[in-house]
Amino acid sequence: MRKELQKYFRNDKLPHIWCPGCGHGIITGAVVRAIDNLKLNQSKVCIVSGIGCSSRAPGYMNFNTLHTTHGRALAFATGIKMANPDLKILVLTGDGDCSAIGGNHFIHAARRNIDITTIVFNNSIYGMTGGQYSPMTPKAAFATTAPYGNIDRNFDLCKLAQSAGATYVARGTVFHVPQLIKLIEKALKHKGFSLLDVVDICPTYFGRRNKMSSPIAMMNKIREMSVTVRSASKMSEEELSGKIVIGEFHEERVPEYTEEYAKVIEKAQGGN
Amino acid sequence: MSKKIILMQGNEACVEGALAAGMRFFAGYPITPSTEIAEISAEKLPKLGGKFIQMEDEIASMGAIIGASLTGFKSMTATSGPGFSLKQENIGFACLAEIPCVVVNVQRGGPSTGLPTLPAQGDVMQTRWGTHGDHPIIVISPSSVREVYDMTIRAFNLSEKYRVPCILLMDEVVAHMREKVELPEQSSIDIINRKYLNPSMSVYKPYMDYDGDGIPPMMNFGDGLPYHVTGLIHDISGFPSTNADVSKDLLNRLMSKIYNNLDDILEYENIYTEDAETVIVSFGSTARSVHRAVYLLRQEGFKVGMLRLKTIWPFAHKAIKKLKQTPVRNLLVAEMNFGQLLETVKASAEGAFRTYGLNKYNGELITPQEVINKVREVAKHA
Amino acid sequence: MTQKNIKIYIDEKACKKCGLCIAFCPKKVYGSEGGKPVIVNLSACTDCKLCELRCPDYAIIVGGENIE
Ligand SMILES: Cc1ncc(C[n+]2csc(CCOP(=O)(O)OP(=O)(O)O)c2C)c(N)n1
Ligand code: SF4
Ligand code: SF4
Ligand code: SF4
Repeated sequence: MRKELQKYFRNDKLPHIWCPGCGHGIITGAVVRAIDNLKLNQSKVCIVSGIGCSSRAPGYMNFNTLHTTHGRALAFATGIKMANPDLKILVLTGDGDCSAIGGNHFIHAARRNIDITTIVFNNSIYGMTGGQYSPMTPKAAFATTAPYGNIDRNFDLCKLAQSAGATYVARGTVFHVPQLIKLIEKALKHKGFSLLDVVDICPTYFGRRNKMSSPIAMMNKIREMSVTVRSASKMSEEELSGKIVIGEFHEERVPEYTEEYAKVIEKAQGGN
Repeated sequence: MSKKIILMQGNEACVEGALAAGMRFFAGYPITPSTEIAEISAEKLPKLGGKFIQMEDEIASMGAIIGASLTGFKSMTATSGPGFSLKQENIGFACLAEIPCVVVNVQRGGPSTGLPTLPAQGDVMQTRWGTHGDHPIIVISPSSVREVYDMTIRAFNLSEKYRVPCILLMDEVVAHMREKVELPEQSSIDIINRKYLNPSMSVYKPYMDYDGDGIPPMMNFGDGLPYHVTGLIHDISGFPSTNADVSKDLLNRLMSKIYNNLDDILEYENIYTEDAETVIVSFGSTARSVHRAVYLLRQEGFKVGMLRLKTIWPFAHKAIKKLKQTPVRNLLVAEMNFGQLLETVKASAEGAFRTYGLNKYNGELITPQEVINKVREVAKHA
Repeated sequence: MTQKNIKIYIDEKACKKCGLCIAFCPKKVYGSEGGKPVIVNLSACTDCKLCELRCPDYAIIVGGENIE
């Protein structure tokens, strides 16, 4: 590992537990590089996760790290940010962690526009429990609990976040890493709730069940299916089917939650 | 100095006590009969520079107070049956990760939505074993408005001192009744804060028993060295481990930090137990009826006394043991449930007493008359 | 094209042989030796660092600076 990145890792905990070719390591690397580019104060950064393979990431990262319960990272993170708005908060979460069991916390954190950067390690599957379908598993894909093909429709996390009130929304992939780092930097600089949906690969469970036996095949799929927001805007719904639209979807300035609460304190204390 | 005497509701006294104890963060979700605690907190906390947030549910509220506590804020949430059920997983997290926090459970009739506006004491076992796995927990239960105030302070003190969630177990009657109370001067209140570690140290092992008392000192997120907190079994450095000795040592320490300090944690009240033949064991609002019944029975010459448990968990076995050195022959456990505490009392009695239950679970209080009738019936058996 | 003095360092202990670096180097700088990347065409390397950024195990460093 690059010397200047070493201080961001708990090097004695590496190598990480992730399978060969698992995209979680790529996203974690991108997060750390974005933090390094922004020169954030390490002791004022707090990284919170839920449960899942992806949620193990904070354990390898040398910051204030909190590995909570399945789906609840945003709830814990909300308490931290409310109590100490000076801390920079990242939530690292899996697609199941974020959008299934944690779906309620997700939409409400977005609605409040609390200053938390949420990065979803979206591998379209429950990795840690061995490959069951998640709310992000595409229709007709196979999973251990969808042996005949998935009949559930999947979320579009970016649309979900935006309509819930997130004020920065973007999608990146583990193939387009330089762009991913830029997006993470923007999300971190954004004041308010930012969501980054990162299209990720789980070769072990999603790949094997869906005729992509190697991480390379899975990466190729991302490469083939990705289109930028700009080109997507010129494509028909039919042309867009199955495509991964990447880039920034939404950015707006809206009062941030803890700043609003600071005003509540002022009011309560008799200011105006 | 003139002391103020005010008419106050139990839930209000809870918030006043919490603020006096240093609560500066509250996260909650409305539910009868606890809602006033959230409402009053929403009004009072920002006046003191504290923070209130209404979360999307009780799971989130529990998560949020753990998060806030990690930054050094004394934190509380309040709920009732259905919400208390939802909090359980994260209560377990706080037990294992040793995050101080106070959880108020104002009991109402259950199970399920049950009897939202009526009192019950059906959560006795849930407060002890509601979350999965062996874990330490402290549960205390007030019987009057003034005691709600004092015990809320005590809940914070115990939670901070032992780094364990403390549950304030109330019931609808104690929460909603209004009594005249005289609150103590702030300066006369004993406040215990968690042990802090000097943030300038060069290596910090967040679960190291630096002082040998089983309670590792804490450091706030953001104050010094970054560290890791997890709900997985962890070693003294805070990182996950599946090593058998690490698991055993951690669980042993979690239990012993509570069970080695029972003299400090257990509180109970004996009334007329020295010469009693029958002792009525009770807690919460039921103890009020029992107290009245004992007074009336004594006037009739009945040798009856009462044991009021203020600490519910850990169970005060020593209080039962002490009764073994008195003439007591009968123990009558009065509670608004099917006999949850009775089972523990029986085990504790080890056959030294005849044990009886006085149980009511229809949303009505146990009345003094019902206690009197039951004592007479017990006396006949004897 | 200016001739740069690019060095590539591969941490063999960290490598989990996923093959991503080999498959996706735009200049085919790597070959495979039992799944592990070996440098076969260093002069083609453009220092784009994609291999380093995509390595899930932080086993690659590309560039002159950080390699001892
Ligand atoms: C309350 C609860 N339910 C279920 C589980 C089991 N569980 C652990 S991880 C997981 C799914 C994780 O999937 P995802 O969030 O997509 O992350 P990944 O492992 O794919 O990175 C589940 C269901 C749990 N730990 N807690
Ligand atoms: S199971 Fe999937 S998500 Fe989990 S480490 Fe392996 S590849 Fe990654
Ligand atoms: S990408 Fe990294 S882990 Fe994968 S083969 Fe290349 S060096 Fe090894
Ligand atoms: S830096 Fe670019 S060109 Fe050079 S080896 Fe890596 S991927 Fe290939």
